[in-house]
Amino acid sequence: MAEVWDIYLWPLLWTAIKIVAIVLPVLLSVAYLTYAERKVIGAMQMRRGPNIVGPFGLLQPMADGLKLFLKETIIPSGANRVVFMIAPMLTFILALVAWAVIPFDQGMVLADINVGILYLFAISSLGVYGILMAGWASNSRYAFLGAIRSAAQMVSYEVSMGFIIITVLLCVGSLNLSDIVLAQKGMWFIIPLFPMAVIFFISTLAETNRHPFDMPEAEAELVAGYNVEYSAMGFALFFLGEYANMILMSAMTSILFLGGWLPPFDMVPFTLIPGPLWLAIKIAFCLFIFLWVRATFPRYRYDQLMRLGWKVFLPLSLAGVVVVAGVLVAFDLVPNAG
Amino acid sequence: MAQTEIKNYNLNFGPQHPAAHGVLRMVLEMDGEVIDRCDPHIGLLHRGTEKLIEHKTYLQAVPYFDRLDYVAPQNQEHAFALATEKLLGIEVPPRAQYIRVLFAEIGRVLNHLLNITSYAMDVGAMTPMLWGFEEREVLMEFCERVSGARMHMNYFRPGGVSADMPAGLNDDINLWAENFVQFMDDLETLLTENRIFKQRTVDIGVITAEQCFDWGFSGPNIRASGIAWDLRKSQPYDCYRDLEFDVPIGKNGDCYDRYVVRILEMRESLKLIHQCLEKMPGGPCKVDDQKISPPPRAAMKSSMEALIHHFKLYTEGYHVPTGETYTAVEAPKGEFAVFLVSDGSNKPYRCKIRAPGFAHLQAMEFLSKGHMLADAVANIGSIDVVFGEIDR
Repeated sequence: MAEVWDIYLWPLLWTAIKIVAIVLPVLLSVAYLTYAERKVIGAMQMRRGPNIVGPFGLLQPMADGLKLFLKETIIPSGANRVVFMIAPMLTFILALVAWAVIPFDQGMVLADINVGILYLFAISSLGVYGILMAGWASNSRYAFLGAIRSAAQMVSYEVSMGFIIITVLLCVGSLNLSDIVLAQKGMWFIIPLFPMAVIFFISTLAETNRHPFDMPEAEAELVAGYNVEYSAMGFALFFLGEYANMILMSAMTSILFLGGWLPPFDMVPFTLIPGPLWLAIKIAFCLFIFLWVRATFPRYRYDQLMRLGWKVFLPLSLAGVVVVAGVLVAFDLVPNAG
Repeated sequence: MAQTEIKNYNLNFGPQHPAAHGVLRMVLEMDGEVIDRCDPHIGLLHRGTEKLIEHKTYLQAVPYFDRLDYVAPQNQEHAFALATEKLLGIEVPPRAQYIRVLFAEIGRVLNHLLNITSYAMDVGAMTPMLWGFEEREVLMEFCERVSGARMHMNYFRPGGVSADMPAGLNDDINLWAENFVQFMDDLETLLTENRIFKQRTVDIGVITAEQCFDWGFSGPNIRASGIAWDLRKSQPYDCYRDLEFDVPIGKNGDCYDRYVVRILEMRESLKLIHQCLEKMPGGPCKVDDQKISPPPRAAMKSSMEALIHHFKLYTEGYHVPTGETYTAVEAPKGEFAVFLVSDGSNKPYRCKIRAPGFAHLQAMEFLSKGHMLADAVANIGSIDVVFGEIDR
């Protein structure tokens, strides 16, 4: 009996505990990201943002969540019911599943797999299916147009993101996310790979359908794009999924370019702050830029977005791969792949 | 395999659409993202204003003009007041003229602020809208202090203005106008040189000078196409004759030029506001003819004559001599005019309203054809339509 517990049950239970320990903080930060967004953008727009529900409006995300939870789910009569219901769930689940490989500190990771970055990339690419399904199943023209835009957009930007990740991998010599972080012990990759980091961050904006690339839900054109027909929990799941993706992409940027859980300098005042906190600070910084961009920029037009993706970012990131690889070979800096 | 025919699909844009600027409904025939045909539908806000005015005295007709272009109500009142005064054959005292021009220019700033910022919102920039509304709020408070109403002022009356400016307002407007320059600079940092904003607006929705004439354009839209046509210059009314200002004109007639012209016009309006405040003479703010403008309230307590005048004015109104006039003002959106026919009675026989937005909306079809959906939104924003005046 004890053997069954030791070998089968306890590892299972322990994994479940770890999953909860990751998912709960993620969901909580999603909730408070919406709050932060409203506060930050509010401040930039000379208004206060939520300040009624709870002290400083801190309970506003809870109130919003409760409201969405209690509302009636409306399924349009022309919709494909099954696909219509699955789409938001898919988006939401995919946004959470990706967190499995994110290392929060040395060894503090749910699944320390050797192809972590590939897994992350694959999961974030799958996100487009939720949007496509939603747009198609809604049987609405605005939603459909939004879904088509989204599909084209995400595919375009993934190509250049892929190349940028390759440049990072060339410098690391491993696909394991913990190894990627540890390789930045001396110097964060944002310093040698600065242009790549900028392109990567802009691509993450496009990947998460955020301003100024929010074509799929361009309010002024498509009303709300792919989620125009959704209400109540369906909408809430899309919303949570989008914000969870923002956090995920910020985490990815932090791990690839900002040294993950590592402090900026390996010295006493910096090393006193625990690793997970450093990661959180870096993620928060990236998220702030997400919000800042949203408050300041107009939206691209659909064709301009595609032009930027294919004619600007793709050649640049491709050149980046060639240059980085060339430099590594020329100066004999290629890391020995473990 | 059976051949399938690929058909364009129709998109019903509005009337409940965030970028429809009110109740515009457009039926778009789309070829993917590209617009093949654009068919604006109007009439969802029709209230029969022109017919209603035929059943009201001249004084009662004024508030209807507030509700046409509700973004800058005073400029519409201005047209009606001028038309009625022309039929009555009266000259408004100088102080009233200056107050009117002052508030007409405040109306212009109100309108352009809303237009530019909501236009920015249409192309995706959120922040200008919120910033602009902060300033509009201040301006509306000025309107409230002078007339009692934030929006629908009912302030410009045939024969002058309803009441003189309260003490201190002069200084407050002056102070605001000085600070507003800084606000304009801030606003421009967000838009004027923004690459994305330029990509969205430059060479989008080009209107040539030729087309402007063909479609009856006026206001900032015609000036953006390079034609220096401004009624304040070409046929000055009230005290515009005595004021110094320039007429900014564009070059290409695209969305970006229309935006820049409006920005520059706001700066010109500021000049006008400063001049009005400086030069404002003393004296009465309405004609000294008790058959047309009401007697002072104090006089009614002691003077029988005044009481009778008051009673007659607010019941029967005044009779306007037979005649007709087409009187136009340079409203913020363009040439706003009233064609007023009087049969000698106390009510207008006919009051035709010429709304600039109506003429401008006609351009939507040729502006949007061949452009993408997002450009149609930019076009609506840049030609500055408000449905209060289009549907009337």
